[in-house]
Amino acid sequence: MDAAGSRHYPEKPEKVYLFGTCLIDLFCPEAGMNAVRLLEREGIEVLFPADQTCCGQPAHSSGFPEQARAVALAQFRLFPEAWPVIVPSGSCAGTMRRHYPAMFADDPRLLAQATALAERVFEFSEFLVHVARVTLGDQGGPARVALHTSCAARREMGTHEHARSLLAQLAAVEVVLHEHESECCGFGGTFSLKHPAISSAMAGDKVDALKETGAETFVSADCGCMLSLNHTLQKRRDGFQGQHLATFLWQRTGGEGGRR
Amino acid sequence: MNSQPLSFVPASEFKQRAAAAVADDHLRKSFRGAMDFLINKRAAQFPDPAALESQRSLAEHIRKYSLARLPELLEQLEQKLVANGVQVHWAENAEEACAIIVGIARRHSTKLMVKGKSMVSEEVELNHAMADAGIEALESDMGEYIVQLDGEKPSHIIMPAIHKTREQIARLFAEKVPGAAYTDSVDELIGIGRAVLREKFMSAEVGLSGVNFAVAETGTLCLVENEGNGRMCTTVPDVHIAITGIEKVVEKLEHVPPLFGLLTRSATGQAITTYFNMISGPRKPDEKDGPGEMHLVLVDNGRTQAYSDEQMRSTLQCIRCGACMNHCPVYTRIGGHAYGTTYPGPIGEIISPHMLGLAATHVLPTASSLCGACGEVCPVRIPIPELLVRLREEAQHDARPGHAPMVGQGAAKSRLADAIWSGWAAMYTRPALYRAFGWLATRFRALTPPMQGGWTVSRTPMKPARRTLHELMAERE
Repeated sequence: MDAAGSRHYPEKPEKVYLFGTCLIDLFCPEAGMNAVRLLEREGIEVLFPADQTCCGQPAHSSGFPEQARAVALAQFRLFPEAWPVIVPSGSCAGTMRRHYPAMFADDPRLLAQATALAERVFEFSEFLVHVARVTLGDQGGPARVALHTSCAARREMGTHEHARSLLAQLAAVEVVLHEHESECCGFGGTFSLKHPAISSAMAGDKVDALKETGAETFVSADCGCMLSLNHTLQKRRDGFQGQHLATFLWQRTGGEGGRR
Repeated sequence: MNSQPLSFVPASEFKQRAAAAVADDHLRKSFRGAMDFLINKRAAQFPDPAALESQRSLAEHIRKYSLARLPELLEQLEQKLVANGVQVHWAENAEEACAIIVGIARRHSTKLMVKGKSMVSEEVELNHAMADAGIEALESDMGEYIVQLDGEKPSHIIMPAIHKTREQIARLFAEKVPGAAYTDSVDELIGIGRAVLREKFMSAEVGLSGVNFAVAETGTLCLVENEGNGRMCTTVPDVHIAITGIEKVVEKLEHVPPLFGLLTRSATGQAITTYFNMISGPRKPDEKDGPGEMHLVLVDNGRTQAYSDEQMRSTLQCIRCGACMNHCPVYTRIGGHAYGTTYPGPIGEIISPHMLGLAATHVLPTASSLCGACGEVCPVRIPIPELLVRLREEAQHDARPGHAPMVGQGAAKSRLADAIWSGWAAMYTRPALYRAFGWLATRFRALTPPMQGGWTVSRTPMKPARRTLHELMAERE
């Protein structure tokens, strides 16, 4: 599937919905909170539908489409107004934007709903760059940072470019490229559970490549990749750790006062 | 990694072999280096992304168009070939294909058959059948010659011996080639192989080749190669047998150049190969060279099953360039032998279930992180990740309306998996239940299991945060 390509972007809205994703909800809620703070700092009200759960991707990629559809369907009605739906994860955004229409292709009524929702889904960094059109004032000291974007983010949402352009706005941050930058980190959702030997080898190589850059930290716009790499590093008793892009941007720009 | 036995080990033992391959630093380094080399060579051939996309679009359309008309094109191809003096044979499966070829060879009292590179001949395990019939089948592609000499199978569809180092090949030649002195010079090693093969080309009664494109309107078989051994196999022996899958047909000659150009660039990063053979029939009475007799064996072997499903039909668009495996992070880690199938890597994961059934192969489509690198580089735009997901689904379910049944349908079904995903859906469709789970998981985070299956093999356990995002957001209001 080709990356997002030329998408028509709307004007900056008054309000947005946040779809927090199940991984962020349970394992890295701070990333979600920092995404909210960044959006609010831009003067955008963030609506968080309390009944949201998961986009359905884990079942979909495991060969259980009925279960994936049921869970996806449960999200449809949570975004009744026409506001954009912001997803701080490339792979969940990719599922909602790229796969929902195909998942409901056999039911014209649901297909129409799926397509309407898909058209409003924005990956978080994509939204910051192209819709909110943020200007970031860097308030941190000099830092070398590596960037890992998830494969779904890269290939379905074009997120690597969005994340890179946001980081480029940070005056004292040097973004360093790692070897095999576009290669998968080995997370792959249930792949990491089903094929631990292969997944571990991929994660190990990714961690080595990130560390070899001499960066102090790495940034990812996907919680899944970040968790997989951070837990790999922890198992090695290595203090090198990654951060979600939202958290990194929020901290670098000094929180509330960070808007230029 | 131990040397591969001559017959394939079952795909079902994939995980053990993958674990062994991953633990082999030497193998990993050599595959990584080789794949990087090929990735860079390919990239150098496609400097303009927009041009590449338009070439991919054209190639995709040619392949889709050919498949849409496959039955008529195959009939047309047969008529043209017969008119050109070629004998055409149809093989429904591997056994039939082997029986046809053994039969032809026996009619000519064949002692030696020289083979050009043909993955379909590997797929039907022709060398086995020939050995059983007491006929020597000798591989003449240098890579294939090396793996055959060592009793192995190819580990890559384009570069069969890519898993071997120069030193390993040097030792192998010194040990197995009669009269060969040890050398680790690549040129000298190739010289040794060529000297052996040159004699064999002259004495072989039958030459076998694959086919890259079969042109229906002219009855022309196109063969892409670099070593000239393909031309030797198809012109020196008095009998030429070509073998190919039924999907390789295109309608017109003009359909070949766009596919050829993408094939060589995607496969080896070459703008063109050293040899491109177009074979339209046996030697005519006024001609001085070429085989006196020519055959084409068209093999189904599960392709009709892929063909009969609208989505899975795209599997047959493949032109066998190998770019998907070169770019696959899984293939790069484990190499080709771990898959246990003729076709390794992403294309193998989507084609092998049709050839061998899902019962033997259902683990293969799960051996992907769905990173999408394969789909991104595929010159004919096969949506490989989507097909992997589809095959996972077929492996987990009985045949259903709207889905053509597959051999081995539902082979991965288990009550446990059904229960897990039904339970998962039950919770994730009930927001109150989901929030209650989040509340409990965060309050009792100290009780998170320290061993979490495959996850904790190389990672510390996942531990819920102190509060869910749901709670943190609710607290703000």
